[in-house]
Amino acid sequence: MVPLKRLFTSTLGRKYLMGASGFALVLFIVVHLLGNLTLYTGSGDAINTYAAKLDALGIGKLILELGLGLTILLHVVTAIQVTYSSKVARAVQYDAPKSKGGPTKNTVTTRNMIITGLVLLVFIVVHLIQFRFGPKIEDGYTANVSGVMVHDIYRVVVETFLDIKNVIFYVGSMFFLGFHFRHGFWSAFQSLGMLNPRWSKPIYCLGFIIAILLTVGFLFMPIYIYATQGGAQ
Amino acid sequence: MAAHTTSKTINIKLKIWRQESVKDAGRFEQYSLDNVLTNMSFLEMLDVLNEKLLKEGVRPVEFESDCREGICGTCSLMISGQAHGPVRGATTCQLYMRSFENNDTITIEPWRAKAFPVVRDLVTDRRAFDRIQMAGGYTGAKTGPHADANAILVPKDLADRAMDAAACIGCGACVAACPNASASLFTSAKIAQLSLLPQGHPQRKERAIRMVGQMDKEGFGSCSNLQECEAACPKKISIQNIAIMKREYLFAALAANFREGMGSADGGA
Repeated sequence: MVPLKRLFTSTLGRKYLMGASGFALVLFIVVHLLGNLTLYTGSGDAINTYAAKLDALGIGKLILELGLGLTILLHVVTAIQVTYSSKVARAVQYDAPKSKGGPTKNTVTTRNMIITGLVLLVFIVVHLIQFRFGPKIEDGYTANVSGVMVHDIYRVVVETFLDIKNVIFYVGSMFFLGFHFRHGFWSAFQSLGMLNPRWSKPIYCLGFIIAILLTVGFLFMPIYIYATQGGAQ
Repeated sequence: MAAHTTSKTINIKLKIWRQESVKDAGRFEQYSLDNVLTNMSFLEMLDVLNEKLLKEGVRPVEFESDCREGICGTCSLMISGQAHGPVRGATTCQLYMRSFENNDTITIEPWRAKAFPVVRDLVTDRRAFDRIQMAGGYTGAKTGPHADANAILVPKDLADRAMDAAACIGCGACVAACPNASASLFTSAKIAQLSLLPQGHPQRKERAIRMVGQMDKEGFGSCSNLQECEAACPKKISIQNIAIMKREYLFAALAANFREGMGSADGGA
């Protein structure tokens, strides 16, 4: 009666995909922050050990990376479809539309999730080029962690954030992450039909708190590196 | 003399969308109206404007209205960028000129959505809603003679939620206010109202699939969970209903894929 293809290309279906992929990305980004908190230890040993353990997963790491890439792709493709269908549905714009307030979540940032999202996509690409595809062991970026030679990812981090341009770009991007997350987290629950009036507000608050923690947690990393390592030069 | 019987007068400027037909591109026209009684309703103000235009030999502004007591859902104006104007929980006919100040410029536009084409001026064709309703917004069971009021017992909280959803008058403000022109609030109110009650329960899966399918076919946009529809709804219908629709549709569509025999019992559908 409803083939799976039609289910996932309906206006509701696209939002199921967007919400589900959003949840997967939330999970990733929280784990990513927890892993990166090792940077605040002030030495490279903790993050290098963590990175070495991830590298040791071998094919498992590759599968995780591919899965993450496909999840991002799904999130982006459905986002573009949803945005396009909405532009078509409202071909003629109002003279000066105004929110009616009350329960509305209609703000500049929530209306423009596609913009904050595309900024984050650019960020992801730059971030991958700088770190995932940045200097490797073969380039001489090695560190000695308890007698074992590993990839010195810490040196890549430090060298990246000694450049003030990178610090500004990373800090700026994290505000976009915060705004995207604030609407996205609660929105994923609503899109998947998981909300009722009792849980709506607590879930929204939880998303707001996680958004702040993520933004602050990530945002101070480049600043911390620049402030502590920059002085040494 | 009681305060509500004394009426001030204000002078206003109106910027109204004029469009000859579906094919016409349309444009804004400016009018000024002096000595408008603040106790007039917004539609009465437009009646006065039209009398003035008739005297001047100008074609009157076309707009829709019926009951003028906020229950039929016929009036439908985008007033200075807000569906049904600045007052929450009110239709255009229940908006009074006391909500405006002297020398205000008021912009009046029709609902704007591809699925609601403009017929003329401020009148749009909202039959897309009728088609969504006809796709499954009813119960197919033969009801027979009037049943005893308490023959089927419904828990109070469910009855209340169904009643809240049933308050929808189908005016289309949700579509008009939504930045994506989504009809999710309307469609979900109908789906939720019937699915929450025992009479609508047996056909809930088929109803969700049919009504959502029709909604998509009409060319409405996607829901971005901005909740502007709830803010604009003259009956303050909650987006809780949209969450109900999302799970009704998801379970219905999955069940249709993984269970055989569903969907053949189309009781009157």
